[in-house]
Amino acid sequence: MNFRMTTYILGLLLAFEGAFMAVPVLTAAVFHEPELLLFAVTALLCLAAGFLLSRFKPKNKRLFARDGFLIVALSWILLSLVGALPFYISGCIPRFVDAVFETVSGFTTTGASILHTLEGMPKCMLMWRSFTHWVGGMGVLVFIMALLPIAGGQNMYLMKAESPGPSVSKLVPRVRKTAMLLYVIYFVMTVLEIALLLIGGMPAFDAINISFATAGTGGFSCDPAGMPYNPFCINVITVFMFLFGVNFTCYFLFLQRRFREGFTEELKIYLGIIVFAIVTITLDVRHLPMFSGTGEALMHSSFTVGSLMTTTGFATVDFNLWPEYSRTLLVLLMFVGACAGSTGGGIKVSRCIIFFKSMHNELRIMTHPRQVKTLKMDGHPIELDVIRSVSAYFTCYILIYVVSMLVLSFDQLDLTTNFTATVATLDNIGPGLNLVGPTSNYDVFSTASKCMLIFNMLAGRLELFPIVLLLSPAAWKK
Amino acid sequence: MDIIIVGCGKVGRVLAAQLNEAGNNITVVDIRPERVTDLTNRYDIMGVTGNGATHTVLKEAGIDDADLMIAVTGSDERNLLCCLIAKKAGGCQTIARVRNPQYSADVPYLKEELGLAMVINPEYAAAEEIARVLQFPSAIKIDTFAKGKVELLKFKLPEDSPLCGMSVREISAKLHCDVLVCTIERGEEAYIASGDFRFEAKDIISIISEPKAAFVFFRKIRYKANPVEDVLIAGGGDITHYLCGMLDKAGISATVIEKDADRARQLADAFPDTNIILEDAVNQEVLMQENIDKAGAFVSLTNLDEENILLSLFAKSVSDGKIITKINRIDFDEVIEHLDLDTIIYPKNLTSDHIVRYVRAMNKTIGTNLETLYQVIKGKVEAAEFIVKEECGLTAAPLSRLKLKNGVLVAAILREGRVLTPRGSDCIQVGDSVVIVTDHLGLHDMNDLLQ
Repeated sequence: MNFRMTTYILGLLLAFEGAFMAVPVLTAAVFHEPELLLFAVTALLCLAAGFLLSRFKPKNKRLFARDGFLIVALSWILLSLVGALPFYISGCIPRFVDAVFETVSGFTTTGASILHTLEGMPKCMLMWRSFTHWVGGMGVLVFIMALLPIAGGQNMYLMKAESPGPSVSKLVPRVRKTAMLLYVIYFVMTVLEIALLLIGGMPAFDAINISFATAGTGGFSCDPAGMPYNPFCINVITVFMFLFGVNFTCYFLFLQRRFREGFTEELKIYLGIIVFAIVTITLDVRHLPMFSGTGEALMHSSFTVGSLMTTTGFATVDFNLWPEYSRTLLVLLMFVGACAGSTGGGIKVSRCIIFFKSMHNELRIMTHPRQVKTLKMDGHPIELDVIRSVSAYFTCYILIYVVSMLVLSFDQLDLTTNFTATVATLDNIGPGLNLVGPTSNYDVFSTASKCMLIFNMLAGRLELFPIVLLLSPAAWKK
Repeated sequence: MDIIIVGCGKVGRVLAAQLNEAGNNITVVDIRPERVTDLTNRYDIMGVTGNGATHTVLKEAGIDDADLMIAVTGSDERNLLCCLIAKKAGGCQTIARVRNPQYSADVPYLKEELGLAMVINPEYAAAEEIARVLQFPSAIKIDTFAKGKVELLKFKLPEDSPLCGMSVREISAKLHCDVLVCTIERGEEAYIASGDFRFEAKDIISIISEPKAAFVFFRKIRYKANPVEDVLIAGGGDITHYLCGMLDKAGISATVIEKDADRARQLADAFPDTNIILEDAVNQEVLMQENIDKAGAFVSLTNLDEENILLSLFAKSVSDGKIITKINRIDFDEVIEHLDLDTIIYPKNLTSDHIVRYVRAMNKTIGTNLETLYQVIKGKVEAAEFIVKEECGLTAAPLSRLKLKNGVLVAAILREGRVLTPRGSDCIQVGDSVVIVTDHLGLHDMNDLLQ
């Protein structure tokens, strides 16, 4: 393991986090909040520490696959710990574990909160919460890579470890250019959403916050009342949630007018699932007294499907009160998650496709034992490595799930709560059902359970392996 | 520049590494996914899996916007097909590796008709280099500029050399020779020569001069400067085939040991004056029988690097003639350097050097054109030949008044077919060819030399 390179990258990361804190500092300045000083001091400390650590450029810039995973995992842990400081020091969140929970939830774009109410929360803190979503959505190291050449050729390992999806591909030959393109698309779409929400009459502060949270598929809201917005704004958010759940490679291909290539198998199935879920849930819930008619039911069920499938986690209505079919389908959507290469979490549509295809293949082999068949996606053969890593992912996923369920069970809460709390954190969604439903929060859990959920969120965002590898002694051997 | 490399074999990998280092955007294509993944993990480049001779795959690799496509797969025919399709689809420049001797006569025709920018033949290039060294066995390596008018020679100082203890400046005074010392390698260190530098035994020195002056120089420092008279060659592959032709012309008698009967027959058909021995070369008995200890030079050209190294080590132990070893795999070059095997030829590196040079020259420059480029010391010092096409910063003043960067040596000026050893009062003029030795790598415009 290349320790000097690790400290160098962690140093850069700290410096960048300091720079990110300019956003809450600005917010505090605009609203004349006393937390301005706190944020400014934290930011400066981060910058100073970061510059100190990254001043010594390592001679040996060589990174191996293992280094990539470990650096990414350590980066995210450091990022979360430092990001939690403002919440803790200001006293907005009195317990450090809770502050870390909230920050991890932010950076991993989960959106699960331990706060009972947002009443009395300073605006700059809310802005910091939402901004962590935006940064975490596309990835911090990807952001750094877009601006700085860090590790020569080997930084592909960093990108692979941080970007979601079973196989990460570049858009253009250079990692740096690829990262830049991704961020440009991301930035433009975010600005577009802010503009549309402003046109819809949303207050500027809310529009920016909501857009950050949508873009990263996070889900922190900024209004104590939840989502008290007009139908136009709600629909804009719905559309953008779906858009941010699409693989960004598709947008790149669309921009290059390669429409046929851009319209991938994953995108088609993603859209198919969405349409199916919206239609059946609307039919299921349209008679509920909370809706005035099918139109309203359609709007809210679309919003909820978008919110849960893309793992954003906003809620306009308490879907916990919906009929059992809708609740079950929503939980299943949580598992599927968004597309690979999007800002969303979950198992990812493409992984599900690969999984189903290999299962289908196995079934065929049972009937025709000597059959030889290549699995294909978008006309390309799926490499065996990818299939293997997908199965490993599932095994690992189930293992973490089991451990998490067992740890949570000590809190004597019901099974649905524990089950959905685990999926909501492991897939970076936010709200679950019952005690962790959209109107409740995660403060019901004990400290041990909260730590488990923090682990889930980090593991989920980094696609399990980097964080799991961090725990394996083999990764630390010289 | 956007470059597509089809074929991720040894040459493909060296090319990807070097061209990527030089700041080009590289996309590699190979039919075997593991090769593509390996390369994309190692370098900051993009990879596409598939047959590079198909339009769909080339399109996916971005042929529409590419400036250059290099086909270095294992098959000549596929390489040519790649170039053909790339040319039609993207209108980019194309380079193909064509190594089969049967095609070698067709190269000019192929270049013309298929619109290829360059055809490279690693085996031919290797044979050329070997032939050059055999003509001048005291040198480890010889590169030529301006169609052979200027040579860059590398040689090692033995313990008893009269040069030991002499400084660079004293050479012209004491030896009355018109040679220019460029670089000195001492152990791991490499220096660009300055006047006060004193030579020590075991230094590896490179000089630039006209061939005639070099001859005189080597005579004076008690080196053998005559071509070798007879050569023993182990292995009868394509390089041997080309080499035999060249040696025939130069009047150097050659003996080839080849174990494959068909191959031996082919060589015997093509080169009636060459002795072909049907035997396995890895056999001391056979080697001694063919007078390895008395031959002017021994060249090991079998297909196995390990075999070549062993053969050369053996040759070194029994003879003090010239020894040349061909090595295919470049991964262990540092270890091999330490074996002290005299001249080592890496056909893969030769190929990639040719292509890198071409790519570097493709970068449009104002006023000067890069003509030739050699790596004098791998990864540290380069020698480049530029043609000055129009007035620029360098033609403005005499050399002594130009503000050149540190580590830049103007090694030779060619004017109207004559070679000038540059002095401070000389001026670079439009139309000159200028040879530069520098440790600023990646140069493609002479104006970069100015501070």
